[in-house]
Amino acid sequence: MVPVEYYLGLSIVLFSLGALGVLIRRNAIIIFMSVELMLNSANLTFVAFANQYQLISGQIFVFFVMAVAAAEVAVGLALIVAIFQTKQSIDVDQINLLKG
Amino acid sequence: MIPDIVLFIILALVAVASAVGMLFSKNAIYSALNLILNFSSVAVLYLILGAPFIALAQVTVYAGAIMVLFLFVIMLLGAERLRRSETLPYQQPVSIILAAILAVVAIYALLFRPLGIEAASVANPDFSSPAAMAEMLFNEYLLPFEVTSILLLVAMIGAIVLTRKRQRRVQR
Repeated sequence: MVPVEYYLGLSIVLFSLGALGVLIRRNAIIIFMSVELMLNSANLTFVAFANQYQLISGQIFVFFVMAVAAAEVAVGLALIVAIFQTKQSIDVDQINLLKG
Repeated sequence: MIPDIVLFIILALVAVASAVGMLFSKNAIYSALNLILNFSSVAVLYLILGAPFIALAQVTVYAGAIMVLFLFVIMLLGAERLRRSETLPYQQPVSIILAAILAVVAIYALLFRPLGIEAASVANPDFSSPAAMAEMLFNEYLLPFEVTSILLLVAMIGAIVLTRKRQRRVQR
């Protein structure tokens, strides 16, 4: 059996890569995908601990995280489409209408 | 029979490589396909961890529904290639350093602060069968489950409202 620390290490690496993606990419869709990557690494931690403690609640929580992520993706992509319709671009540097 | 640790290392390498590929692909389509590979390898890790229901939900919900939505929007907008816009010159190195610090600090905490985790005394491989999960979900977590359905409904209505064509205001 693989120790739980190994899963935590993988989860740390995936989370950091997701955070890096949010910071360095300018394409709104890729930023959004990086957020999904971070959510996924948190889910991996939940499942690893659920297996460690033999408790099913962790997996139930992952189930709810998936449902919320699905709702979030629907609304977020709708926002991206709406922004594209007005600005003809999804570069996050171009979205500066509030700038004085 | 391959031992679990070998399987874990292979899958972890695939997951990290596909995450890096997702980050540095020039084309958003390739990013999405890399992310699908990442989600699939994590789904197999869930299977090793004894969570068959979550693994299959990962494949259908994440790798299936969510990523199809992503690919659909990318192709709908035709925005897969974004030309480089001018950014602050120091922004990229600084963010790489910050992300590296995050990873290093987290790994340091993992290595040098013992978690005090002990495995459960009785290892029951069947503890999270889909039947056990359904029993828990529909008894103890029934209210959150129903709230989730309302959340999904609200998200659906929100997506429709946001992408609706703007009405011309004729009457003022």
